[in-house]
Amino acid sequence: MAYTTSQPQTGGILSRLGFGARARKPAAQAEEMKRVQFTSPILPYVFLFPQLAVIVIFFYWPSVQALSSSFYIEDPFGFGSTFVGMSNYTDALFSSEYQSIALFTAVFTLLVTFFSLAIGMLLAVKADRIIKGSSTYKTLLIAVYAIAAPVAGLIGMMFFDQHIGTFVKMMSYVGWNMQVGLNYYDTAFAMVVVAVWKQIPYNFIFLLSGLQNVPVSVREAATIDCSSGLRRFWTVTLPLLAPTAFFLLIINVTYALFDTFGLIDVMVKDKPANNPITLVYKVYNDGFRGNDLGGSSAQSVILMIVVFVLTIFQFRFIERRVHYN
Amino acid sequence: MYRTRFSDHLVLILGALFLCTPVVVAFMTSTHTAADIHMNGLSLSWGGHFVETYEKVLTQKGGFTGEITGARMVMNSLILGIGFALGKIVLSMMAAYAIVYFRFPMATLSFWVIFTTLLLPLEVRIMPSYQVMSDLGLLNSYTGLIVPLLASATGTFYFRQFFKSVPEELLEAARIDGAGPFKFFIDILIPISRTMIAAIFIIMFVYGWNQYLWPMLMTTDERFFTLMRGIKSILQVWVGSQIPDYNEAFALAVLAMLPPVAIVVIFQSWFIKGLTESDK
Amino acid sequence: MAAIDISSVGKIYNGGVRAVSDINLDIRDGEFIVLVGPSGCGKSTLLRMVAGLEAISEGKVKIGDRVVNEVEPADRDIAMVFQNYALYPHMSVRQNLEYGLKNRKTPKAEIDERVAEAARMLEIAQYLDRKPRALSGGQRQRVAMGRAIVRKPAVFLFDEPLSNLDAKLRVSMRGEIKRLQRRLGTTSIYVTHDQLEAMTLADRLVVLNGGKIEQVGAPLDVYHTPASTFVASFIGSPAMNLVKGEIHGDRLAIGPGLLSLAGFAPASGAVTVGLRAEDMRLVPAGDNSLPFKVEYAEELGSQRLVHGLIGDQPVTVAVSSEAELASELHLSIDPSRLHFFDAENGKRLAGKAPAATAAPVAGKIQPVA
Repeated sequence: MAYTTSQPQTGGILSRLGFGARARKPAAQAEEMKRVQFTSPILPYVFLFPQLAVIVIFFYWPSVQALSSSFYIEDPFGFGSTFVGMSNYTDALFSSEYQSIALFTAVFTLLVTFFSLAIGMLLAVKADRIIKGSSTYKTLLIAVYAIAAPVAGLIGMMFFDQHIGTFVKMMSYVGWNMQVGLNYYDTAFAMVVVAVWKQIPYNFIFLLSGLQNVPVSVREAATIDCSSGLRRFWTVTLPLLAPTAFFLLIINVTYALFDTFGLIDVMVKDKPANNPITLVYKVYNDGFRGNDLGGSSAQSVILMIVVFVLTIFQFRFIERRVHYN
Repeated sequence: MYRTRFSDHLVLILGALFLCTPVVVAFMTSTHTAADIHMNGLSLSWGGHFVETYEKVLTQKGGFTGEITGARMVMNSLILGIGFALGKIVLSMMAAYAIVYFRFPMATLSFWVIFTTLLLPLEVRIMPSYQVMSDLGLLNSYTGLIVPLLASATGTFYFRQFFKSVPEELLEAARIDGAGPFKFFIDILIPISRTMIAAIFIIMFVYGWNQYLWPMLMTTDERFFTLMRGIKSILQVWVGSQIPDYNEAFALAVLAMLPPVAIVVIFQSWFIKGLTESDK
Repeated sequence: MAAIDISSVGKIYNGGVRAVSDINLDIRDGEFIVLVGPSGCGKSTLLRMVAGLEAISEGKVKIGDRVVNEVEPADRDIAMVFQNYALYPHMSVRQNLEYGLKNRKTPKAEIDERVAEAARMLEIAQYLDRKPRALSGGQRQRVAMGRAIVRKPAVFLFDEPLSNLDAKLRVSMRGEIKRLQRRLGTTSIYVTHDQLEAMTLADRLVVLNGGKIEQVGAPLDVYHTPASTFVASFIGSPAMNLVKGEIHGDRLAIGPGLLSLAGFAPASGAVTVGLRAEDMRLVPAGDNSLPFKVEYAEELGSQRLVHGLIGDQPVTVAVSSEAELASELHLSIDPSRLHFFDAENGKRLAGKAPAATAAPVAGKIQPVA
């Protein structure tokens, strides 16, 4: 499976790809089975038990609870709950606050995905061409790959700090009085920059390895057929990179939606009121700060549906990708 | 034959500067005093207070209850990272072994039960997960910190892919050599998975180390705070203070990012190989 | 050492796909049997059923006096050599050889002795402490054989063991396998798709096609009297030419050509005629010859393969490299060297026909289109 969205960058690299690329169709799993297998009435269950137990207790149980509590309103004093049908959902979807957060989330996702992919691509293309010093560049470009989101948020926040922030000082020379944490748009700008900063190495690694997987013979054929480097890139390299790029597109969308939680939490400094936040942050905020269990659960379910749609989308693509090869 | 142009280097240098400067600045700034930082802002030069700042961060008891030191947070982060990585490897290897190497009626169902966990990230089910943990009395415990994170299929899928790539003849040869399910698992499969186990360990360790949301919910007792959780609380203290402890915040950030960055730099060939191989 | 008795064995996979049907084969103690056929003919499946790696859907397999259908592979007293060698990559050569014996609780002293003996036999003694990845393909192949030999099994099973080697090594390993098997006298079943390998190794060949046995016999018998057009085209290189012909009395018409059969006609009417490339001779134009339109020639050094057409049917002829070529040649063949097959089902028609019994009136022979 290509994206387990809760995973920070590091959790993903092998597992995301391992599933995203190789196990193309889990449904076809039965046919790919080993020719020879053991048969035993109990052993497979013994091996499976620990994993299944953990999953049932810590995944299915909470998931079912999320679904069921999304139809109830919890009494604020904890004296039980009332069934309210879909009203938690309608309250969420039709509130202007939710809508504006959803809008911000969409714009944030779009910007982060676009810039981190574009910059990652630019760097990968350049690094692919360089012969001298390429390993030094590579090391420098992927070094920050595994920095946790809240740490990235902390460092970013310092750069955008009112008193000490280098970036703020630089901007004041061109007349931009940045007030990150106070001004909605300034905060949003800072968030996008930090989120892009953290995501570039990830895209860089994937795109570079994608580029290096383009067979030398194909490159040579393209060099003979087409003299313009830019045109070669658009007509030969990019189409061959399409599977990787599409895969990264989904990863980046889910990154922006979910993995940025720590970054946002640190950057808004516990004052979400006048700052931009994403939908996931709102789930957390309503649930833990606002004690609105029903509303938070309903929002969870809405997000689950979004993830679900993305997953289906990706599976359709992965099936298509089989034909590429 | 492509000739490298100066502009190629320029782009790469700018990219490397953009990505790495903040990390260098964070480290350099952490060696200055708080007052110095407050006056002069972030710094690219060595401040000379490295030892005292890091000593203070690691040993001084902080927090509201005064029970937590930086060293303790480092230890908790290590426990979370290592515990999570080990748990993940053990559980997922066993499950993947059952799925790939056994023929049994519930195989497809088990596969889907595990597979589905990939659809719903922890972030969208935090409230109910928190409640389950609270019902089970696992708040503020290492078990509560680690075990629920194991409820995902990433490792299982990775090992499943790997096991499927193991030549079938190996199992056949082993069976002719008289190895049963346990013997094959221990004598053959685990040893040939060594490199994979190491790679997964590193990746999962970093994942565990970097956890933020879950430890934040699970631990109110400061003795269980991890570095990530510490970052959150240092910021909470910060609000309202005259001269915030910038240097300590940076030192904490440096401690928190040191292991992941070191691991990625040292093992980068593994990471990249992992990518290229699974992309085939 | 043991005889193997395969009776009425069939294999049906889950989902009803039939891979092998009704195989009957008696393998004598010490015999070297080669299963040969194109990919998908069921030869590997049959071997794997004997090994116990594949369940037997129908029939019985006996090794020695014991029906082994329900016996675990480890308990069948067999050893197997795999195409990709299947060496345990994390174990040294010595550990690879020892593993099966250790699992059988063989005493340490005996393990050492057997490993040393096998290593000497295969000349791999100096590699015993290396890991398989430090060995060349040929050396790995030897280790794989060694792993089989140390077990002293009743039966060796070979599943295309040489197909991962380069051509030259394949020839020398082929000889070595043959020599070892002679020396040890162990009953062996060997699977290959390479007819040359099959011919050179086998005491008896089993030609399989579509999950059924086409022919069983000594290599030369199979070569000289192929039981069907399938066997004829599969065994021998270049493959036997198969052309449409028509028998009228004592005469055979192939395209525009006409041959006298000198009493060898096995039937009358349409038949498939088999002509080995090396059985044909160049003759001057005239009666009793087949006009041959030359398309191109392949030089093999010792001889020359000439490809061309008789009528519109492609035929390959082996001639000496001194023979002069023209665009149009004439071929002749000793009627006793002709092979006749049923035009419908491809089965061989008996060699010599009963003396011109129901021959139709001669003289009205028309060339077959």
